[in-house]
Amino acid sequence: MDPQAHHTSPSPETAALLARTPPVITPGHTFDSVTDTITHVVLTKRTPLGWFLGFFVAFVLLMVLNMTIGNLLLTGIGIWGNNVPVGWAFDIINFVWWIGIGHAGTLISAILLLFRQQWRTSINRFAEAMTLFAVACAAMFPLLHTGRPWLAAYWLFPYPNVMGLWPQFRSPLIWDVFAVSTYGTVSALFWFAGLVPDLATLRDRAKSRLAQRLYGMLALGWRGSAKHWQRYETMYLLLAGISTPLVLSVHSVVSFDFAVSVLPGWHATIFPPYFVAGAIYSGFAMVMTLAIPLRTFYGLEDFITMRHIHNMTKVMLVTGMIVAYGYANEAFFAWYSSSPYEEFMMYNRMTGPYAVFYWSLIAINALMIQLFWFRSVRDNIPLLFILSLLVNVGMWLERFIIIVTSLHRDFLPSSWDMYAPTRWDFGMFVGTIGLFLALFFLFIRFLPAIAIFEMRTIVPEAKVKAEQHG
Amino acid sequence: MAEFETPAALVEAATKARLAGYRKMDAYSPIPIEELDEALDLRRTRLPLLVLLGGIAGGIGGFMLQVWASAVAYPMNVGGRPLISWPQFVPVTFETTVLGAALTAFFGMWALNKLPQPYHPVFNVDAFTRASTDRFFLVIETADPRFERSATRKFLETMHPVGVSDVEP
Repeated sequence: MDPQAHHTSPSPETAALLARTPPVITPGHTFDSVTDTITHVVLTKRTPLGWFLGFFVAFVLLMVLNMTIGNLLLTGIGIWGNNVPVGWAFDIINFVWWIGIGHAGTLISAILLLFRQQWRTSINRFAEAMTLFAVACAAMFPLLHTGRPWLAAYWLFPYPNVMGLWPQFRSPLIWDVFAVSTYGTVSALFWFAGLVPDLATLRDRAKSRLAQRLYGMLALGWRGSAKHWQRYETMYLLLAGISTPLVLSVHSVVSFDFAVSVLPGWHATIFPPYFVAGAIYSGFAMVMTLAIPLRTFYGLEDFITMRHIHNMTKVMLVTGMIVAYGYANEAFFAWYSSSPYEEFMMYNRMTGPYAVFYWSLIAINALMIQLFWFRSVRDNIPLLFILSLLVNVGMWLERFIIIVTSLHRDFLPSSWDMYAPTRWDFGMFVGTIGLFLALFFLFIRFLPAIAIFEMRTIVPEAKVKAEQHG
Repeated sequence: MAEFETPAALVEAATKARLAGYRKMDAYSPIPIEELDEALDLRRTRLPLLVLLGGIAGGIGGFMLQVWASAVAYPMNVGGRPLISWPQFVPVTFETTVLGAALTAFFGMWALNKLPQPYHPVFNVDAFTRASTDRFFLVIETADPRFERSATRKFLETMHPVGVSDVEP
């Protein structure tokens, strides 16, 4: 939207204000109005009814997760549909899907910070929260796939146990453990560090004694001293610099789980970049899925502007095209390799029993995203919401196709079989969506969903140089 | 303690106070202000060096852990292949490097800032609650050699603050 639309002939003051306001925030905001708009969501006494409804749905799904996990631990992983030859199915599909979603949060908070992209400011906080919750959901799948996670510690983590056993460090699965646990830890540190100055704001503005105490404890006594800010900013920049290669490494390592094996359809050098692009693509779709209701229901359109929506759509377009290139590349090399196994794998994907999923994913990730070229589509919020949900479906299908079609027709035709998920597979998947949404609802109710102090830095008042004309 | 409405006024006041010979002072603001580093003559922080060391320690530690686990504690001879197969150790080494650096950056920053600190005298000033929203404060400490209650107060008032108040210990 054109900010000048409201003013047919802007007065000199208005024109000056517009000139000083970056295009990522609606003009006219001050330190106080920015703070007030964001803290109001948290500090208000009245929780909107819609919040309760949303949380209720999420909570029901969360209970489905509890029930599934309970049954899984009592009965064993036989309740899932995966069996030889499809030894990996929903557990790894959902793991990769969730961890990929998380990547957009780190991209926004770290990489866009290094590139000095101001539009990241109003979406980084909840995108980081999304990362954290998505990593939590992702981590549950491989852990529970071990069947008895309390015994898994000695396979996964190097600690001196009484059996004298050590993990196999030459296995991509162990690399995965280190990559994901490092990623989860660094994301949590980054997120909490970013929250502290805002928690101090909440501490100072809270009316109830309990809120003052709780936010006060979490704010660690932050007082905004110049020396503290200097170290804080240095740390923030360093963490961003550290997280940038980290986020690229995490999905590369996830792709090694497949690429290091010798299975047709997995053993491909394009996997790391193709997985990273797919992760960012699906992650931005999830940010969009969360941002659209958030800005509408909480009236945050001034901060999450159309500019943000457009930029996110463009990132999805670019990364989606890289993913589509990955599909083309897979098909090309299946033919170019002249390996009968590779050729059969691709032929089976395109025409075999799971072909409908393959073509759906091509329809979404290669064809549908071409809609993002059009400005009228990028301006259409309800349509974008639906498209972003479809992108998430498409990326889930991608992982399904990669994992299941390569496994169900392996080298020995005598062991060929079909894979079908059971209701417990679905229960677990739907349950993690419930966990994710429940955490997200709690987050927007109790913590500032937009980084307040960073928003203050982009209001025109914050500039020291421009004001020193006297 | 003097209260200002804009970051520019705070930077100007801090510069003037330093030129007037005050040394033990601090500024408080709701946003990071780069210009204050120069105005208050703040030294560059040691944090980057610590983070580098943390990263190096993480990397060496991670690599040695793998070497020790695979070649010393639990050596497994697979067809005579080398026990210290370093290319296979690269991903985990990278991750532990990142982990070491990130943990140092996070905990190092809080430690250098001496936070968490539950009590600080500045919180005794009522107006200070706005330091986390829209007000900017300059504090000259009594420990400053040039500090003299009434003269310092007068000096702060010359810079057109919104208000000047005493900070009780």
